Amino acid sequence: MKYPDFNQTVPIDEIGVNERVARLNSRSIKKSSKVQALKLALSMIDHTTLEGSDSPGKVRQLCKKAKQPYPAMPDLPKVAAVCVYPRLVSVAKEELSGTEIHVASVATSFPSGQAPLSHRLDDTRFAVSEGADEIDMVISRGAFLNGEFNLVFDEIAAVKEACGEAHLKVILETGELLTLENVRKASDIAMHAGADFIKTSTGKVTPAATQPVTLVMLEAIRDFYYETDKMIGMKPAGGIRTAKQAIQYLVLVKETLGAAWLNNNYFRFGASSLTNDILMQIVKQETGQYQSLNYFSND
Amino acid sequence: MSNTEAKEAPYKPTSPNSKLDFASIWEYDPAPQDSDFAEINERYDLFIDGKFVKPSKGRYFKSTNPATEEVITEFAEATQKDVDKAVKAARKAFEGEWSRISAKERGKYIFRIARMIQEQAREFSVLESMDGGKPIRESRDVDIPLVAAYFFYYAGWADKLEYAFPGKEPKPYGVCGQIIPWNFPMLMLAWKIAPALATGNTVVLKPAETTSLTALKFAELIKDCGLPDGVVNIVTGAGQTGAEIVNHKDIDKIAFTGSTKVGKLIQSSLAGNDKKYTLELGGKGAMLIFEDAPIDQAVEGIINAIYFNQGHVCCAGSRLLVQEGIADKVIQKLQDRLATLIVGDPLDKNTDVGAINSKEQFETVNKYLELGVEEGADIFQSKCEIPDNGYFIRPTLFTNVSQSNRVVQEEIFGPVLTVQTFRTADEGVEKANNTPYGLANGVWTDKGSKIFKVGSKMRSGVIWANTYNKFDPTSPFGGYKESGVGREGGMHGLAAYIKN
Repeated sequence: MKYPDFNQTVPIDEIGVNERVARLNSRSIKKSSKVQALKLALSMIDHTTLEGSDSPGKVRQLCKKAKQPYPAMPDLPKVAAVCVYPRLVSVAKEELSGTEIHVASVATSFPSGQAPLSHRLDDTRFAVSEGADEIDMVISRGAFLNGEFNLVFDEIAAVKEACGEAHLKVILETGELLTLENVRKASDIAMHAGADFIKTSTGKVTPAATQPVTLVMLEAIRDFYYETDKMIGMKPAGGIRTAKQAIQYLVLVKETLGAAWLNNNYFRFGASSLTNDILMQIVKQETGQYQSLNYFSND
Repeated sequence: MSNTEAKEAPYKPTSPNSKLDFASIWEYDPAPQDSDFAEINERYDLFIDGKFVKPSKGRYFKSTNPATEEVITEFAEATQKDVDKAVKAARKAFEGEWSRISAKERGKYIFRIARMIQEQAREFSVLESMDGGKPIRESRDVDIPLVAAYFFYYAGWADKLEYAFPGKEPKPYGVCGQIIPWNFPMLMLAWKIAPALATGNTVVLKPAETTSLTALKFAELIKDCGLPDGVVNIVTGAGQTGAEIVNHKDIDKIAFTGSTKVGKLIQSSLAGNDKKYTLELGGKGAMLIFEDAPIDQAVEGIINAIYFNQGHVCCAGSRLLVQEGIADKVIQKLQDRLATLIVGDPLDKNTDVGAINSKEQFETVNKYLELGVEEGADIFQSKCEIPDNGYFIRPTLFTNVSQSNRVVQEEIFGPVLTVQTFRTADEGVEKANNTPYGLANGVWTDKGSKIFKVGSKMRSGVIWANTYNKFDPTSPFGGYKESGVGREGGMHGLAAYIKN
């Protein structure tokens, strides 16, 4: 493969990006297209818990919710994956055995990535050996901002190798990259280094996912596809709490990359509270009435 | 090596086909804007001297909704006698109450008009879309908010004219005859009436015959706002009515927006008399996109430049000039973007491109599409569904064209973009300037110095950089060469209504 010169910057006009997002946000999604979008969004969620206080019990509850989001509607789509820390992968794996729900694990000294590469690779191998289907790694933002693009590239390639069969999602932590041009550059580096997905954020840094950042990443994926024929997935994570936001993201995907990306093989939401808001909206569409959040389990 | 071999073969973009599939598994349901609340009378009379009056010859003409081809109402045809009546009313108002009240009071009336437009914004938007075919997204988010903004802006100037013209005693002309086009009916009305009233003139305005509805709705607003009778008069009709205004002896100033052809007729009939005039005419805007441009945002800007309002924009960016190294990439991205444009019912909130304004214009644009193909251009149209009835045209790209093609030279005034290439900035500028028009151009580059270098060499009234079709009341607007005479908007727009 021909690698671009990562010292060159792809210019991005922030005002233009914001205008495009505003225009896409003016799409009016009603009736059956709304229900379809809500179900689609539900099927794209990486149901996530990433707290220091996470315990096997907490993870088991999360997995049960993933398997049965709303008992009154057993036919609803299941979420795409459950996302946990490496130490809890085996718990999730056991709880989700026999389902199609993937186990995703953050690795590489999430969220800061401030550990020697050997530790980060061990972290990755451990998560994979415990049964993780997907690995969410973080890039070295310090190195990136320091201009060490080749180092960042090599680290991603090394983690990719450590993943073996597991899918690799590369977290750019866009809230620390500061400019859209950096977001574009980090996306290009990650895709060329072997990412299966590129992901906005850890959820531990503000701002987490935003629509302008996501649009720039989707456009990077589009250019990569034009050049290489390879489809890379996209995962905005953090800060997406409402069904309305989720639908806005789906519009971005639909009008930037088209139908092939509108499934959970190529698009995911990293979120914890989004699931319930989507469920509430689906119930509202079916019954015509909003239910209190008390009717939805908090896992 | 022979001479012929030494010549570089002309670059020809290869127009790659899209690999992306936008015929999605997830389609948007129709999201129609409610229109039942908008009141449309069965017929409309002329608005003269604060009252609605029947036309002297009793003739009316029908107005159709271009998206459905259904007749929605009838407008009165104003003849010479009616125009004369309107001018007399305007003269009486100018010599009477309108000149006696203080500038501050005048400003208050204009502020009131602006606020009332905001209050009735949704109704004006719906009517604008029904009568003219433009998408509700545009009439709601662009046209009507700008209309209010122009009235607010000029209202503020009414009692501050001596600051706008230091050392002068600014005096109005008197009675202004104003003739406006069908592409932005309410916005052009605002561009004309707001500065005229702020400077103390009175007006006789003629809206275009295919889009008079909102002007008459505006007449109802004028009646309700208590503006003194005769200050604003609105007469409807076609070209003949316009000619009666232009040739009327007691009109002091003519303000016209429309085609260059009619503009030339007006100029020749005004030759040798004392009437002042401003003309805002046609254009064939060029957009230069350089290799160092932010390409995705540039593509979005180009879409807004040419497919905004179905391309019925005098300053539309209808000629794209791409630097050769990125031509294939830009064309591919444009084609993919075209595939996501939703063409259809103007009242649907998701519609991007609405109906062509009239049957006549529909035929004109189609004629140019045929002509382009006959001239040997490659045509690309999005594959979107379009309604069976109504005047709809798919957004179109012509590639493989050159400066000598008629589709490159002539103003099409429809959703049609021609794409040419250039190698150096000088060549790009030369192509951009090689036109009888000079209204608006665009430049896309990441480099600020290049914007100024290239922009200063382009002969046009407006240069947009890294954006297009942005309007603001504070900014003057107008053309070079055959694109017009005079400026509208900003302080320059005030000067056009003040005696020298």
